[in-house]
Amino acid sequence: MSLQQIERPFFVGREPHRQKSVAGLVRQASEAAGSFLSRYGVLLGFLTLWQVASSLGWINAAVFPPLGTIVAALWDGLVDGALLDDIAISLQRSGTAFVAAVLVAIPLGLFMGQVRAVERALDPILQVFRQTSALALYPVFILLLGLGEASKVFVIFWATLFPLLLNTIGGVKEVDKKLIEMARVYGASRLTVFRRVVLPGAVPSIFVGLRLSATTALLLLIASEMIGANKGVGFQVMNAQYNFQIPLMFAAILLLAALGLIANFALVALQRRLCRWSEVIG
Amino acid sequence: MTIAQSAQRGEVSIRDLSKSFAINGRSINVLKSLNLDVKPGECLVIVGASGSGKTTLLRVLAGLEQADGGRVLIDGAPVRGVGAERAVIFQEPRLLPWLTVLGNVTFGLEVRGIARAEAEERARGYIRLVGLGDFADAYPRQLSGGMAQRVGIARALTVQPEILLLDEPLGALDAMTKITMQEELARIWHEENVTMVVVTHDLEEAVYLADRVLILPKEKGDTTRLIDVDLPRPRDRSEIRFVRHREALLREFGLH
Repeated sequence: MSLQQIERPFFVGREPHRQKSVAGLVRQASEAAGSFLSRYGVLLGFLTLWQVASSLGWINAAVFPPLGTIVAALWDGLVDGALLDDIAISLQRSGTAFVAAVLVAIPLGLFMGQVRAVERALDPILQVFRQTSALALYPVFILLLGLGEASKVFVIFWATLFPLLLNTIGGVKEVDKKLIEMARVYGASRLTVFRRVVLPGAVPSIFVGLRLSATTALLLLIASEMIGANKGVGFQVMNAQYNFQIPLMFAAILLLAALGLIANFALVALQRRLCRWSEVIG
Repeated sequence: MTIAQSAQRGEVSIRDLSKSFAINGRSINVLKSLNLDVKPGECLVIVGASGSGKTTLLRVLAGLEQADGGRVLIDGAPVRGVGAERAVIFQEPRLLPWLTVLGNVTFGLEVRGIARAEAEERARGYIRLVGLGDFADAYPRQLSGGMAQRVGIARALTVQPEILLLDEPLGALDAMTKITMQEELARIWHEENVTMVVVTHDLEEAVYLADRVLILPKEKGDTTRLIDVDLPRPRDRSEIRFVRHREALLREFGLH
């Protein structure tokens, strides 16, 4: 691939030497609109269909309220602070668990990927743990840690640990042996090889793990908040349903989707900064 | 001793070198009691059929593999593992994709603890030497195969080795790029005054680059042969003596 081909996408839509003619502006605008529609057209269509179908009574508005109503419920919840409390406690639970998983999984994964004997000895038990659903273990954690915050944070931690750990190990193991040999030829020590070749080579794979873990964290957050919680976005989804506050229920669901998108967006942005050398697929 | 010290460095002495591999439980000798001296500043090209052990020989010289018997001496000192006086150019460029061209070329120097500023200054000189002066800040994925291989060559030259070991360095390039790069290698070898040991399966490349060609035996009964290529440089591929040397090599392989 040539430099020109690589550079081009960065200039789309903000090329400095564009003609300032009306025709040029119209064409530019229609190009931008076209590219926007091809990306978000289906999503917009889906949302429009929902709104229309619910307003016109094609579907039961009591179960699927119009989007306008849902957004209004979301807005009310945010303004009077009720949902803000839920968001805060949910972020605290999933954030604590995620950070703990990162602090454990990445160093452990880097170590396990490097030392074959350790990896060989620990892999079977890891595979068993990974295949054991964290949700199935939740009752066990509740027995051990009680029905409070600890068991909630721990079940999220448990579920987020494995994708990150296994991707980190995989990233380290899949670093090109030929690059390691090249570094050795220049006299690099084991530590230098690790720092200059293995670690940067494993970063893309670690990010795959981080993004999987972030998604898992939100998933387990909701599940844990549906059992024995009295606050949190997941609790709100269940609670609103019990009280038949369907717009509020959907507002909470929408909020969860937004949290997931924001977490993913933040990780992709971070990865772009750290891995400018490779193509990051958002 | 004084004579040896005043002489140019970069001498390779191979003494009784043997190496065998176990393939499917059967031991196969790839190198048998090989003896050879490569003079400082000489360009030795190793050819041989696949499986003849030419890459193995180069990897033993590099210190990446151990021989079963015999020794390799560099300037009189036995080889034990990799060494600062040798640099290897592989068939693949082996660039670190997260470093720019400049970062890759300084890599060898930085590993050896040379300060970044000095490393970059030296690296820029060699990046220009291989004709990539405008691409110092490019990433490997933005380079063509030939350009990437030039970066690999620049990286090896930057550590200023006495001996350059090249393992089919141009094997992965297209025919046109290959010819250009052969000319570049010949020029670099001449300018840098370095000992070169090149493994190739391209006989024309062998004649173009070599002072001497080492032919490794294909079958058990064959013997190792050394052929002098006493042609003036820069060499002309269409000249009659060049063509004759190439044909002589082809005959060695029973191909002409």
